Amino acid sequence: MNTKSLVSIDDLNTDEMVSILDLAEEFEKQPSQALLEGKVIATLFFEPSTRTRLSFESAISRLGGKIVGFTDASSSSVTKGETLNDTILTVNNYCDLIVMRHPIEGSARLASEIADVPVVNAGDGANQHPTQTLLDLYSIRKTQGRLDKLNIFLVGDLKYGRTVHSLLMAMSRWNTTFNFISPEELRMPVEYKLYLDKLGLKYYEHSDFTDIINEADIIYMTRVQKERFSDSMEYEKVKNVYVLRNHMLRETKENMRILHPLPRVNEIHKDVDVNSKSYYFQQALNGVYTRQAIITRLLNLK
Amino acid sequence: MKEPKQLSVSAIENGTVIDHIPASSLFKVIQILGLDKISNQITFGTNLESKKLGRKAIIKLAGIFFEDDDINRIALVAPEAKLNIIRGYEVVEKSVVKVPDQIIGIAKCVNPKCITNFESVTTRFKVISKKNVALKCHYCEKITDQEHMVIL
Repeated sequence: MNTKSLVSIDDLNTDEMVSILDLAEEFEKQPSQALLEGKVIATLFFEPSTRTRLSFESAISRLGGKIVGFTDASSSSVTKGETLNDTILTVNNYCDLIVMRHPIEGSARLASEIADVPVVNAGDGANQHPTQTLLDLYSIRKTQGRLDKLNIFLVGDLKYGRTVHSLLMAMSRWNTTFNFISPEELRMPVEYKLYLDKLGLKYYEHSDFTDIINEADIIYMTRVQKERFSDSMEYEKVKNVYVLRNHMLRETKENMRILHPLPRVNEIHKDVDVNSKSYYFQQALNGVYTRQAIITRLLNLK
Repeated sequence: MKEPKQLSVSAIENGTVIDHIPASSLFKVIQILGLDKISNQITFGTNLESKKLGRKAIIKLAGIFFEDDDINRIALVAPEAKLNIIRGYEVVEKSVVKVPDQIIGIAKCVNPKCITNFESVTTRFKVISKKNVALKCHYCEKITDQEHMVIL
């Protein structure tokens, strides 16, 4: 990698992305490797994100590394008014790599400029969450056997959904066709559509969740959150429209897989879980292999 | 031959004249170039009539010559500014400001959740559009457009 930190998915060129996915594949075959023995990894979670933290800590533990850190800002010196600058300069002394989750956008980029050790962005507000994007790519490649010429359906909150924006940007490198299914208020922002236009990639927008999904190779579901609506009546109207149920999958492609960044609330009905096309829990497991790959790559251990 | 224009401010022997500054941006230009902190002789004129800008401002700086990188910093607030380099009371060179590829400092990121609005960090932007100036924040990656631009 050119950069020693992973802050934004755009920091990686296509070869570097593919190379991380290949390395993640190696970790899937052999998850326990003592590559981080004697190394200390700091996990700084300025806001709680149990799922992401456990995934990182599982990845680090399987590599034999030790973990220091905090799980939310109230248990750190931030509550005493310490700046991010000072926290990073201090923690920098104690570890070989920093994994950081922070509610403020751009905080990870700033941390990577302050720290001498590599910084992995585990989510900076609504901005970037590159390890999520890489595990999504890994899951897509693993289930479809390739990344190019796929038809990807993004469903739910496409306006504020950080994960779908990053996934769109990443998948746009591989001749992807996109279908956007969302309520009117939560449509894909125009800047992303302009970007696809510029690349000459096809995309289609739908406000109804219909049998159009029969064309999908991947259905990527996201949560429609109540707090995104200025008018709560509007939320009540749409909250049950974008729910995936088992019977809707009958005519979908055999090899189609359903992804979701988790946690889900009700947007994927529980009856889908038994369907072999559901993949979101395996997707979470893939996150461990992908994070193993990212950490070892940033530390030049693989 | 056009009729010689009546100058509202006196000529300088050597230095730079920055013309076609929108009158409303004069003090921002002064601030960006740090003109309030130097001891050279400087003449300002503002609210001068201009066909193009309505009301324009002009700055005459005795004994000062700018590097391109320095002067281009004013492009955000005075995109149509013109420079006249004066030597021996003669205009020896004319140029226009160009919007640079990168803006460091000067502008504020429009995103209230950006780290640059929380910690003391110098803002940094990549210029993604020069015509209708649009800046992409190096930190939060959000776009600040001309309409929402606030000069620090």
